[in-house]
Amino acid sequence: MGSPKLQGRHLLGLDGISKEDIVMILDTAKSFREVLDRPIKKVPPLQGKTIVNLFFESSTRTRISFELAERRLSADVVNFAASGSSVSKGETLKDTARNIEAMKIDMVVIRHSSPGSAHFLSRVVDANVINAGDGEHEHPTQALLDMYTLREKYGTLEGLRVCIVGDITHSRVARSNIFGLRTMGAEVSVCGPATLIPHDIEALGAKVYHRIEDIIPRVDALNVLRIQLERQQSGLFPSLREYHRYFGVTIDRISKAPKPITILHPGPINRDVEISADVADSEHSVILEQVTNGVAIRMAVLYLLGSTN
Amino acid sequence: MNIYLKNGTLIDPLSGRDETLDVLIVDGVIEKVGKSVAADRLFTVVDLKGKIVSPGLIDMHVHLREPGFEHKETIETGCRSAAAGGFTAICCMPNTSPAIDDESVARYVHEKGKSVCDGIVDVHPIAAATKGRKGTELSPIAELVQAGAVGFSDDGSPIASAEIMRRVLEYCSMYDAPVIQHAEEAALTEGGSMNEGFVSTRLGLRGIPPIAEELMVARDLILLQYVRSARYHVAHVSATRTVELIRRAKSEGLNVSCEVTPHHFTLTDAAVESFDTNTKMNPPLRTQEDVMAMKEGLRDGTIDVIATDHAPHTIDEKEVEYTVAPFGIVGLETAIGLSITELVRQKYITMFQLIEKLSTNPRRLLRLPEIVIAEGTPANLTLIDPTMDWTVDIRRFQSKSKNSPFHGRALVGRSIGIINHGKILLTG
Repeated sequence: MGSPKLQGRHLLGLDGISKEDIVMILDTAKSFREVLDRPIKKVPPLQGKTIVNLFFESSTRTRISFELAERRLSADVVNFAASGSSVSKGETLKDTARNIEAMKIDMVVIRHSSPGSAHFLSRVVDANVINAGDGEHEHPTQALLDMYTLREKYGTLEGLRVCIVGDITHSRVARSNIFGLRTMGAEVSVCGPATLIPHDIEALGAKVYHRIEDIIPRVDALNVLRIQLERQQSGLFPSLREYHRYFGVTIDRISKAPKPITILHPGPINRDVEISADVADSEHSVILEQVTNGVAIRMAVLYLLGSTN
Repeated sequence: MNIYLKNGTLIDPLSGRDETLDVLIVDGVIEKVGKSVAADRLFTVVDLKGKIVSPGLIDMHVHLREPGFEHKETIETGCRSAAAGGFTAICCMPNTSPAIDDESVARYVHEKGKSVCDGIVDVHPIAAATKGRKGTELSPIAELVQAGAVGFSDDGSPIASAEIMRRVLEYCSMYDAPVIQHAEEAALTEGGSMNEGFVSTRLGLRGIPPIAEELMVARDLILLQYVRSARYHVAHVSATRTVELIRRAKSEGLNVSCEVTPHHFTLTDAAVESFDTNTKMNPPLRTQEDVMAMKEGLRDGTIDVIATDHAPHTIDEKEVEYTVAPFGIVGLETAIGLSITELVRQKYITMFQLIEKLSTNPRRLLRLPEIVIAEGTPANLTLIDPTMDWTVDIRRFQSKSKNSPFHGRALVGRSIGIINHGKILLTG
């Protein structure tokens, strides 16, 4: 029996990814998750493979998570960080990609501020491409680790009721979660100020709420997104204080739920803005489990794509 | 040169003709139009059985890029592209560097057009409505008219200030020149790369909502109601309610006209799902509902003109991240094919109406001499094969740029030649 294979050579997003592929990634991650609890956390499957982490946008946790996953699979790792768009630095993304290709790289993990940049890269290089966040489009490994965490807790995603709270418009995490969770049969809703909910989101299968009190009694889990101050400056909401008062996830609010609610957050959290400190540190929160599971999910994706070469 | 066009179907909106006739051209002038005309001298004979003889087509919305951006297109390569696409005339937009906002640039462009491609394609400049297209001071409109400008526009940017728009309408009305608006309320489109809607939500690309276009057109129509002597033309309409607004304004007797591009009646924003930057243009590709509104507007006459918004960019400029890529696609060489395939074959409009929208109507709006296919008139003609099956191949484009989303698309109908100023160019 050969090793399991995903349908594509790349992981560009969860839009259009089959249920079978998602299940395969989650199941594979489960065995890697066990590896992470061993005293020696390194396994050999990607020995001899070279992976570049191509980060055009600053990121600490996602890059470290990918790098850990790569090293634990025994791959050779190169990091490339450049802030701003490729144009501002004078070299095009295509030229950067070709240069990397010339260095005989097997896999590329890319984070970039422009939607579709991972798709673009996959068209111009032969290596496997993994999207680590392309602008406001997708962040598939984040959604996969969110789904993994929920599946561990509830046993299944089928019929699970999940609400994504916050700035949906500018969130790649929200989009990937909606695509993935819908494919897995979960019931997805979004909650946030009307100015931060994108046009026609209902057509993606997500019900819209504008009052956090209305959604809390109807869900099993809340995935709370980071709210950014710059959205206030561009006129999309009045103030962080008002946001916290009307959309903040507080102990008071979640204790009104008929059964305990699980709280996810992709991090980094703004304490007492989108989430109150007591919730973040409570038994409802699975925020740190998400971080651990993230390494396992990324190992699974790297392993499954790396073994298709 | 003496040319004998044999057995072609003459479609001539101004004389109302639509019949199979022979045409004899001597020294650039039509000497005879009739059935089974006898050729008494030596003629170059072109057999046009099953083909169409049309008044020369004009594309009133082209970006030639010269002066300033000759790496994308020059007046020469643009004219070559126009000739290959079946156009005997084009209007070039003023967003060059320097902008066409003074006499010398307007004259340069106009005259250069006569010196390239044997002068077979007429180049009529559309001049900037405001100096440097900055929207603050009127450009020397009278002098520009004198230098050959046939219309005024800040295309690429809207004339944003209501006050300046009012003054441009007033000033241009003295010279009976149309004011061509790139209708976009910029505060609503900042950072946008594509139509705002379901697809932009799915792709995480910032949206350009249809209301940005509709609001600007609504404002301008109110200004036009106030400045009744002006003539107002909306460039590249793309949104359903824009067409509705213009339809209503026309029924109220306002002096308004508009154009649509072939891509806006052919493609929807679903094409952006590929993240192919050749689907990025401004205004953006909209929804299926909007495509249907464009077709309906063409059918009922609300949309007067088909124009391409030919916008050349090099491969290197386009092969970048979607949000970074410049807006625009080339269109001269696919316009007839797309129009016949999407409009005539699908029975939204007849070939007769298509020729009105590609020749008669734009020439009338721009106050260019009428073309009538009749004895004693200069021969300014486009020859069209309405049934030819062909596949778009960007490598065969005459344009310097190849940025088209239609590469590989099967089309029906194309130009097989043009005749103008005593010259004939056969391309079929």
